[in-house]
Amino acid sequence: MSATVTATNGAEQPLLVADGVTKYYGERLGCRGVSFEIHPGEVIAVVGESGSGKSTLLALLSQRLALSAGRVSYRQNGHLRDLAELSEAERRRLQRTDWGFVHQDPREGLRMNVSAGANVGERLMATGWRHYGRIRQTANEWLARVEIDTTRIDEPPRSFSGGMRQRLQIAKNLVTHPRLVFMDEPTGGLDVSVQARLLDLIRELVANLGLAAIIVTHDLAVARLLSHRILVMKDGEVIESGLTDRVLDDPAQAYTQLLVSSVLAA
Amino acid sequence: MTGAPALIEVEGLAKSFTLHLRGGLVLPVVSGVSFSVHPGECVALGGPSGVGKSSILKAAFGNYAADQGRIWVRDGDTRIDLASAAPRTVIELRRRVIGYVSQFLRVIPRVSARDVVATAARDGGADESEASATAERLLARLNLPERLWSLPPSTFSGGEQQRVNIARGLAGRHAILLLDEPTASLDAENSAAVVALITERKRQGAAILGIFHDLPVREALAERIIDVSAFAKASKPAGVAA
Repeated sequence: MSATVTATNGAEQPLLVADGVTKYYGERLGCRGVSFEIHPGEVIAVVGESGSGKSTLLALLSQRLALSAGRVSYRQNGHLRDLAELSEAERRRLQRTDWGFVHQDPREGLRMNVSAGANVGERLMATGWRHYGRIRQTANEWLARVEIDTTRIDEPPRSFSGGMRQRLQIAKNLVTHPRLVFMDEPTGGLDVSVQARLLDLIRELVANLGLAAIIVTHDLAVARLLSHRILVMKDGEVIESGLTDRVLDDPAQAYTQLLVSSVLAA
Repeated sequence: MTGAPALIEVEGLAKSFTLHLRGGLVLPVVSGVSFSVHPGECVALGGPSGVGKSSILKAAFGNYAADQGRIWVRDGDTRIDLASAAPRTVIELRRRVIGYVSQFLRVIPRVSARDVVATAARDGGADESEASATAERLLARLNLPERLWSLPPSTFSGGEQQRVNIARGLAGRHAILLLDEPTASLDAENSAAVVALITERKRQGAAILGIFHDLPVREALAERIIDVSAFAKASKPAGVAA
């Protein structure tokens, strides 16, 4: 546009840059040409119907799936690095320490048969923690922080309710103080009241820890509550993006208007 | 308003809505909107209901996208075009520079009235204790009963919600205030409290752009009225990107 002056923090650099991110499953398009940046502390919601490519996009960004084309870069030690250049060990370290990934189904993100404490502690051990007492204490603190009764630290998540499992999964992801968390329908499949409590928790943690987050959701109310910005996906492409309240209150694209008009006012 | 630069300068703003679900029907709202608001000045948007007053206010908050034109917002020594600014920039400006009181309170569920207001104060730069003091002072001045402060506003009456909304809008000490019918659902006493608070902010140098249907309120606050009908319909609805 014109000589727009950028507001303060002009020096602040993006944390992750997606550039033309594309995935084909054989002939079938997963997602195509997705480009955006996310800055520290920013929360982006990716919305769209099932099959729109939003979960594929999340898997690509988080390096759980290989790109067919395009590039994902991430800032480490002040430098943006193309993640395709990372070794397998470097990629795993990134995923285990600086990133979190919260699955819709907590069974994918937890080990269901080991204790809650061990689930959280495991991630600390993966980053080199060795002192058992400290690991247990930190796990304990995180269970309390996500409102899990700490007397249940030795129970496996198998015995937990759906909402508790999801909170445990969040604790497990945040214990290493990641800078970026990916969430795939984090409140999907939960009862409404449980969902509300979980949303409050996510909102509070994200704000207080200054996390950047990319949240895939089909629920526009979740997007409005948690995100600063929205990417609207349809048929594998981002068809509209912008400030969350702008996209929801003044949607420009036909599909976004359809999405917005399809939900009851919340 | 001597020499001090305008805090808001709207230049050639056009806004329309394209209703894709209604066969691409284009509803032109306004075009060619130009005006400015200086520090210590209150400008009222006037004209009949449906003429586009709220749309202008929402565009000035970045809530509605502008089809054309610029919305210059002064942040210290810089001037930022809100109409083309990146979302992060808009969010930052909303924290520190532009306050907005909507017609209806829209808040995060399950957060208490006090915290709703205190959060806005904190976003505006106040520390924790300062923020909650500001919240309580504003809620008290707006006559919101103290027993309600620790409750989420969703169960409040319309007038009570509106007072929380106003307290939140004023808590951040923004240099620019956008007010959409701030006294609409208030009785005379509470309306007077709002007028007093806004008048103080004017004296402190805030630039205020508002919609005030209530005539006495408008006369008490506004130096100037911009008749939005002049920008509506009369201008051709062309030049709007679909």
